[in-house]
Amino acid sequence: MQRNLFSYIWRHSRSEQLVILALVLLAQIFYFLSLSVPKSIVNNGISGIAFKEGTEIRILRIDIPLPAFLGGHSIHLLDGFTVDQMQYLVVMSFVFLAAVIVNGQFKKVINTQKGRMGERMLRRMRYELYDRILRFPPAHFRKVKQAELATMIKDEVEPLGGFIGDAFVQPMFLGGQALTAIAFIMMQNMLLSIVVIALLGVQMVIVPRLRKPVLVLGRQRQLSARLLAGRIAETADGVNEIHVHGASNYERADISERLGHIFKIRFDLYNKKFVAKFWNNILSQATPFAIYLLGGYFAITGKMDVGAVVGVLLAYKDLPSPIKELIDWDQQRQDVQIKYEQVIDQFQPEGMMPPELQALPDGPPPPLGHEFALSGVTVSDDGRVKQLDGINLTVATDARLAVIGAASSGKDVLGQVLGRMTLPSGGSVKIDGQDFFQIPEYVLGSRAAYIGQETYLFPLSVRDNLLFGLKHRPVKPATYDDATREVREAFWREAERAGNPVLDPNADWIDYELAGATGPADLLPRMVDVLKQVEFDEEIYSLGLRGAIDGARRPDLAEKVLAARKELHGRLQDPAYAGLIEPFNADKYNKNLSVAENLLFGTPVGREFDGDNLAANAYVQSVLKDTGLDQDLLRMGLSIAETMVELFSGLSPDNPLFEQYSFISADELPNVRLLLQRLGGKGVEAVPEADRPRLMTLPLRYIEARHRLGLIDAAMEERLLAARREFAARLPDNLRGQVEFYDFARYNSAATVQDNVLFGRLVYGQAQAETRIGQLITSVLAELSLRDSVIEVGLEYNVGVAGKRLPATQRQKLGIARALIKRPQFLVVNEAVAVFDGRTQDRIRDNILAVSKDGRGIVWIANRPNQAEVFDRVIVMQGGKIVAQGTPDELKAKGGLYGELVQQA
Amino acid sequence: MNLNEEVEILKGVPLFSKVESSKLKLIAFTGERMNYAEGQELFHQGDVGDAMYVILGGTADVLLETPGGQIKVTELRKNSFVGDIAILCDVPRTATIRASEPLTTLKISKDMFYRLVSEFPQMAIEMMRELAHRLEDTNQKLRAATKAA
Repeated sequence: MQRNLFSYIWRHSRSEQLVILALVLLAQIFYFLSLSVPKSIVNNGISGIAFKEGTEIRILRIDIPLPAFLGGHSIHLLDGFTVDQMQYLVVMSFVFLAAVIVNGQFKKVINTQKGRMGERMLRRMRYELYDRILRFPPAHFRKVKQAELATMIKDEVEPLGGFIGDAFVQPMFLGGQALTAIAFIMMQNMLLSIVVIALLGVQMVIVPRLRKPVLVLGRQRQLSARLLAGRIAETADGVNEIHVHGASNYERADISERLGHIFKIRFDLYNKKFVAKFWNNILSQATPFAIYLLGGYFAITGKMDVGAVVGVLLAYKDLPSPIKELIDWDQQRQDVQIKYEQVIDQFQPEGMMPPELQALPDGPPPPLGHEFALSGVTVSDDGRVKQLDGINLTVATDARLAVIGAASSGKDVLGQVLGRMTLPSGGSVKIDGQDFFQIPEYVLGSRAAYIGQETYLFPLSVRDNLLFGLKHRPVKPATYDDATREVREAFWREAERAGNPVLDPNADWIDYELAGATGPADLLPRMVDVLKQVEFDEEIYSLGLRGAIDGARRPDLAEKVLAARKELHGRLQDPAYAGLIEPFNADKYNKNLSVAENLLFGTPVGREFDGDNLAANAYVQSVLKDTGLDQDLLRMGLSIAETMVELFSGLSPDNPLFEQYSFISADELPNVRLLLQRLGGKGVEAVPEADRPRLMTLPLRYIEARHRLGLIDAAMEERLLAARREFAARLPDNLRGQVEFYDFARYNSAATVQDNVLFGRLVYGQAQAETRIGQLITSVLAELSLRDSVIEVGLEYNVGVAGKRLPATQRQKLGIARALIKRPQFLVVNEAVAVFDGRTQDRIRDNILAVSKDGRGIVWIANRPNQAEVFDRVIVMQGGKIVAQGTPDELKAKGGLYGELVQQA
Repeated sequence: MNLNEEVEILKGVPLFSKVESSKLKLIAFTGERMNYAEGQELFHQGDVGDAMYVILGGTADVLLETPGGQIKVTELRKNSFVGDIAILCDVPRTATIRASEPLTTLKISKDMFYRLVSEFPQMAIEMMRELAHRLEDTNQKLRAATKAA
């Protein structure tokens, strides 16, 4: 990117700038027309000056005069027509109106053009900056803060977009205006005009100087704001550390200090700005001052007539505003130039990757090659401590090699070099004679894989994260209908104009062949395979059970889940399962559901009927009132309140039992007790109106089987069932979408897969009910071959920011699976299993080894040395050097460090 | 069985006999009622203890795992409680408890137990008394056994 903003703008928007300039010039004609026509209307139309010689004149006669060298004649274009004074007034008034409209149109078009050009340039700039982030050398990310990068691309280049539209047009336009005004002054009086020009010169030299400190402060303001953004992001990243170490006040001190600093910069900025403004005003008034003084002197002494002085003053009237705007423009120019430079500087680190390395492949990737040759590979951060010290090594890409050594032996750095994560400071890494570090990323990305100790996951679904490594190029374009297609094409044309790549994220980017599948249809079994290899399938399966399927989008799956429901309920007839489940039955009160759930008898879809919102809903209230249930609920509420007061009164208010078990919070309990005392056992009729809603909501959370207060007898059940029926029957259309009713024959898209199969509630207090029913569901789903489908649902689980919704071990499993699904020709596992327990480590190693054959190799950097025993070849490292290598048996026979390491483990 | 009936049973449990009935109600309300079918285990010897149980109905066998196999030590009936040692001393379960007929229990989790004891010291005293009785009982049996040997 050019360091000079102007050459950058000129290079990418030349033609657009010229078009706008042409439009501006053309607009001037109409601008002057709109200024001169009113004069004609006043002088001729109203005062009738032109009609002094006759009642009619000829208007709109257009002749184009030819210059003298072409004969001095004129070309006659339009004859025009004759009008009287009244007609003249009307015609000229309409001409004025037309000129105003055309003028306005021009303004609109010019501003739109400018805006579009500015936005395009902004888009181009942002894209180029982002593109550069992707090409930063990996080591650079240890130095930059992500929030600062984001601030630069998002906020700091933003003002540039507004300036770009005016970058060339404004100075030309204003300069032209100023020159015209100066020319007028010159025509009036040469001497005075020289004075005026001299004063202008002083103004144009001094004002920018005064503004210099403002610019310097502006730069500081930009930097300090950027640092603040970085600092805030640090707080978010390290929030656990801050809390654990009780350092929040130290953080507050730091932020307060920074804000104080920013305040000082900003306040200084105001001071300097208003000082500059003051002098600017004084200087611009200095010119009329000089005209009065000198002009007056010349007039008194008779060297100039008074009319000329007035003429100069009049001509000068048009000068200050373009000059002022020019100075403003210049100020803005310097400002954005500084902003631009400050941003650009951050985006040119040493050792940027060449763009060719990330070129878009035009076909399937070629194989990686056969053999790595490392010669004299040295890695050192500061040139003194060598993490790797002159490593010479050849590794076939289909080798099964383990690297062992102590923690600081350099084994992990060797892994990073082979994964191209770390650039050696000396020596060379070649693959079949070709520089390993010049192999295009897509070849490496599809043929090799690297798994480190930590896995970063994108905040997408498990599935999208798993398939992330298969997306190197759009394999199949997205299909659009005609209308969408047109919109998309226009979208791409615009992208091209702004120098953005025309790549469609909606296209199918998944390289199925790489994953060993032929298309979307048989990808799922492959994903399941890989999940099994890292022992992640069970966890995804249980996520799937807790996930939901949209029955409208996947009717096939919904149908199968319904079949599973039928099968499960058939098996529940077995006496062994008696009393473990209370199925949903529209005609029976469910003792294991709360009163609210019994009333709704369905899954809430939106917020309207969810949780405590149910009681507040106007429709629910009307149903309760009409069925007389409100009185029943009030009675139950009173009874619950009495029980709660009895149970919890002796407890200290901060006892956690309140939160866990009480229907009434510790704060509210004294009020409720007072209310009960006032009632003195008088019954519900005596309850004041204001306390009724609170009492009525209490029983809604009441679950007979769990709370066992004996509040719901057979008669009450009947009344609640009646209200349930009433609720469903009268449900207005606008609330129809807020609940998905329980219906044995219908799939419930709002409920989880598990709840859909279960179609009932576990009965409280039955030992091992959950485990046994869980096993039953699993076996039913497996028999109906639904296990993979449930996994498919689980794959849609969103892993959260940086995968934080998954525990660390699951993140790592997903990271390994993401590498394995590519079936990499060459896999580097860099202590990647360290987070698992010992036995899991060995099992996953064996699973990976089992697929690392038939031309697929692996380098296993062992976190425990005895992991190496099953590999074909082992390298022992110490102090950044290879100290022994051979088969495990050979090394065992030799003893030495290998023996020591393996024994320790 | 509703809460009041459970409270009536709890009144018969020696451990709770001196605790006022409103507190018993709180214990019953915050406790979890668990039903076991014949043959199901409440817990297994060696497990980590997380709760104690009051037997509300039915019987259960107390079984010891020995190198020679499982030995039935004693039987638990209505009103007895079990599982207190593991949550008091933080040791693994010292025996296996298995329902020998349909069994109803009130499960009181470790957290809950400590909270109740700290809120109602009377319970702690009763608990001490009961433990001392048990110790005395064991000592007597030991004396009898040594005499016999």
